[in-house]
Order: sequence, then structure tokens, then C-alpha cells
Amino acid sequence: MFPKPIENRSRGAQIGYQALLPLALIFWLLPLIAVALFSIKPDADFTNGNYWGLPSSFEMFTNYGKVFFESDMPRYMINSFLITVPTVLGAIALSSMTGFALGVYKFNGNLLIFFMFIAGNFVPFQILMVPVRDLTVNLNLYDTKTGLILFHIAFQTGFCTLFMRNFIRQLPYELIEAARVEGVAEWRIFWFVVLPLMKPALAALAVLIFTFIWNDYFWAVVLTQGPDAQPVTAGITSFNSQFRAAYHLMSAGSIVAALPPVLMFFLMQKHFIAGLTLGAVK
Amino acid sequence: MATVTASSGDATGARRGWYKRNEIALTPWLFLIPGILFFAVYVIIPIFQSVWISFHEWDGLGTMEWVGTANYERLLTDDRKFDVSFWNNVRWLFLYLLAIPAGLFIALFLNQTVFGIRLYKSLFFFPFVISQVVVGLVFSWFYLPREGLLNALLAVFGMGPVNILGDPNLATYGIIAAGLWPQTAYCMILYLTGLNAVDPEQVEAARLDGAKGWKMLWYVILPQLKPATFIAFVVTIIGALRSFDLISVMTNGGPFGSTRVLSFYMFEESLSEFGFRMGYGAAIAVVLFFLMLFFIAYFLYSMWRDEKGAR
Repeated sequence: MFPKPIENRSRGAQIGYQALLPLALIFWLLPLIAVALFSIKPDADFTNGNYWGLPSSFEMFTNYGKVFFESDMPRYMINSFLITVPTVLGAIALSSMTGFALGVYKFNGNLLIFFMFIAGNFVPFQILMVPVRDLTVNLNLYDTKTGLILFHIAFQTGFCTLFMRNFIRQLPYELIEAARVEGVAEWRIFWFVVLPLMKPALAALAVLIFTFIWNDYFWAVVLTQGPDAQPVTAGITSFNSQFRAAYHLMSAGSIVAALPPVLMFFLMQKHFIAGLTLGAVK
Repeated sequence: MATVTASSGDATGARRGWYKRNEIALTPWLFLIPGILFFAVYVIIPIFQSVWISFHEWDGLGTMEWVGTANYERLLTDDRKFDVSFWNNVRWLFLYLLAIPAGLFIALFLNQTVFGIRLYKSLFFFPFVISQVVVGLVFSWFYLPREGLLNALLAVFGMGPVNILGDPNLATYGIIAAGLWPQTAYCMILYLTGLNAVDPEQVEAARLDGAKGWKMLWYVILPQLKPATFIAFVVTIIGALRSFDLISVMTNGGPFGSTRVLSFYMFEESLSEFGFRMGYGAAIAVVLFFLMLFFIAYFLYSMWRDEKGAR
């Protein structure tokens, strides 16, 4: 272990470390703590210049109530869910198939197709912007959730394929061979042998993609407009102009918008980190 | 009659036999087709379409007019906005890499086993989980010239006030700092995972040989963290070149266009109130694409080397 374990250090160093931890955390999250504080302050605190002091009164319910009942935020949130959940399912379905094909079989062009998925996943969004927007308009899907979902599924399939294929590669190949000797059909091997073993990978990808798509802003702006189809990331910016300088409402709105991926992360932490750090340990 | 039945039975038998015989060769393609189709339509083909569009003048609706390399000539000879964007991208590229040592530093700080450390680790990771839009909003309040927390902090040390986002010379750096926040968290997680896998016996052996501190880090630990460093490098470079959300939310390219980067400038040319110059926008995107391709090629090359080693 590196650095030297703290329990082998002097008593003073141990106490110092324990004290430093919360201080460092507060410093690191200072902007967020400020926003959380903003979101429970009354409007008057801002006009009186009480930006950084404690709230003069506790207005959490008023502020969050306004966000939920007097703004478009609920609609944006629902849109975000309706976009994110199908995307997660679609991308995972497609990529468990591609990952299976690329991870289990040897055929000409295997590596080439695999690299096509990886390379495509890393391109700048802007090179896709004009044609994809055009395609979406031509399909009559501009400013619809379906238009966003289809693109997200396609694009995320690149990253997911990389992930799935490498995961399947680590499974014991003997299992597949044994099934083949038994005469099990290939698609049954996929469904009954490989897929059950992929559960941790599926969970990891589901949380990751959920976060990526929930937090997407660029495509939301390019492919949609207005509260009928826009997700919460794009919605919050129009919320920003609706409540100009209403920091208490803006803060409450931001926290609401950030909550689902944060909850997801805390519930599925192990899987989330396993997904992000794929390949970082060998 | 009998012969007909027999022959049709033979035919289906032969067909089933043909599939059975080629099952292992056919199955991967059946599994690949939907994924490849989707990916081709929405990712691969649009790349080529963008290159094609970049040789045209086009408002996105009317007919495209072939202008050859005129868009590129204009980009490279007399477009001050392009120059600003390009050099800002270079700034992003270099300064964003600070997330790697910063992430390593925090990972080393947190790599202990004390009570509650798991919660600390996940709270330190927090900024990465939040949308960049929210990060952008949070930081623009943090930087507010009169009321912002940054100036309140500077005042404690008798400095300031500064208007970071209002100053053309500072605004880009302010946005990069905001971007470094989540990116450092990401690199930290990569290094924490990497540190978990560091071989304790090697560390012990090095300790017996008298290695500690910097020497231990440099000669024993960092070589073992190479995979983590590699991934951190890749995601940080890609993140730097993709930067868009923060700029759009925090300054919208301003003040005086000083915070534009290629990805933002492209968006602005093709889809903003300045008009729908799709051809010119596509040309900017192609330049950005080739910039990125350099790193993608490097990444693919090292993956290919690993694959060869694995076989």
C-alpha cells in the first residue's frame, strides 16, 4: 500500500489526518455547499446582500415548492426520464449483442469492426451535428423525444460495445466450448450462458449510460426546443432566463436536476466505478 | 407424390443443414447487424457527410453550392474567430491535463483505511456525477464579481475583487478551472482503483531497500499505475477537445468572443442567430475532427498492440 498506512504513523499524524479529511472535503465541495445553502434561503437574503451568511429563515419548502408547482421543471424532469430509460435499454440490448459477437467469435474484420465502434465513440459531436440534425428533421423527429433516443442509442452503442466485448473476453471461454460440445445452438449460448454471466457488466453500463444521457446538453440543444421534448439540462437554462437572478429558485432547480444521477451513483456505486475504470487496472 | 414430399423434405433438411454447418460463421454477423446499422446511420456515415458538406455553402434548407476548399481557405487565412477558438482549444488541452496530477494527489491523500473513508471517496467523486450544465451555473455564481464566493475568499487575503468571467483575458481560464473540477474527480477515481491493484510485496521490498516518498512514487508506484494514467490521459484529452457545455452555460462565448473554442464556434456558425452557415460550420468540425483523430489513432494503436500481445 502506498502511501504508508496512517495507522503505522505517530498518534499526531493520525489525528491530523482525521481532522484534515473533513476540511479538505468542505473546501472541495464548497461551490456545491453554497448552492445547497442558496436553495433554502429566502429571496430577501439576496436583495439584502446576505449571500454567504446563514439563511435568515428556512425557506426550503417554499423554494422547492415553487420549482415543482410554478415552473416547467417537472415536465423537463419527466422528459429526461422518458429519454434516458429507453436509451439505456436500447444501448444495452444492442451492445450486448455486438459485444458477444466481437468477444466470442473469430472472423475476418473482427478487430476492424471493434475499432470502428471505439473510434466512432471518441469523435467530436460537432462532426455529426449537421447530418444528424438533418436526418432527424427528415424523419420528422425534430423536437421529439424519439429523435433524441434514437441518436443516443446509436452513439452509446460505441462505448458499450467496447465495454461489453472486453468484459466477455474475461469470461472463461471453456463454458462456451462446453455448451457447443453439448450441441447448444449459438443464440441459446448467448441467452442462457453468456447473458446471465454479464449481469455485473449490464448493471455497470446501465448506471453509467443513465448518467451520461441524463447529463447530456449538446444534443438536447441541437435536436429539441421547448418544454415538450427537452430534457432537464436544456430546461434549466431556460429556467435560468425565466428566473433571472432568482438565485434561490435557480439553486433549488439545479439540485433537483442533479439528484437522479447522484442517487443512482450512491445506490450503484460499486458498479458505476467498475464501469468507469474499465481497463485502468490490469 | 411421394417423390415431391421427399424432395421438399430433403430441401428443408439441406437448408437446416447448411445453417447448422455455417452456424459459427453466421451467428456473429446476425448479432452485429442491428448495432452496425444503427452506428453507421448515426455516426459513421454522418462523418463523411460532414466532410462533403464542408466543401459547400449551405444554409441547411436550400440547395448546396459547391465552393471547393473556399471554406477552409477562409478559416486558415482571415478568420480571427477561428484563431481565437483554436488557441483556446490549445489552452484547454494543456491546462486540462492538470487534472491528472491533481487526481493522483487526491487519490494518494484518500488512499488510507480509516473510519468512513469510503464515504469520503464517493463524496470527492461527486462533481463528476453532476451535469456540466449545473457545474457551469454553480461556478458562474462562484465567480460573480460583487457577490461571488471567490471574491469573498479573496477579500479575506486582502485581494481582489476580480470579475473573472467578464475579463477577456481571464474568462477562458475561469471556465477551464470549472472543468478541472469534475475531471480531477474522474482521474482521482481512476487512480484510486489503480492504487488498489498496486502489488504490496513490491512496495514492501522497495521499502526494505530504503525507498520512500518521491522515489517510491516515481520508481515503484507510478510504473504500476501506467494503465490508469493512460486512461486518464485519453479521457482528459477527449474531454478538453469536446468542451462545449461549460462555455455555452457560463459565457456563451463572450466576453467579446474570447472564450470560444472550435466546438462552440462550429455550433455558433451553424445554428445560432448569426445564421445557418452549415458548410462553414462543417469545415470547422472537420478541423476539430482531424485534431481529435490524432489522439484517437494513438489510442487505437496502443489498444491494437495490447490485442496482439494477448493472442
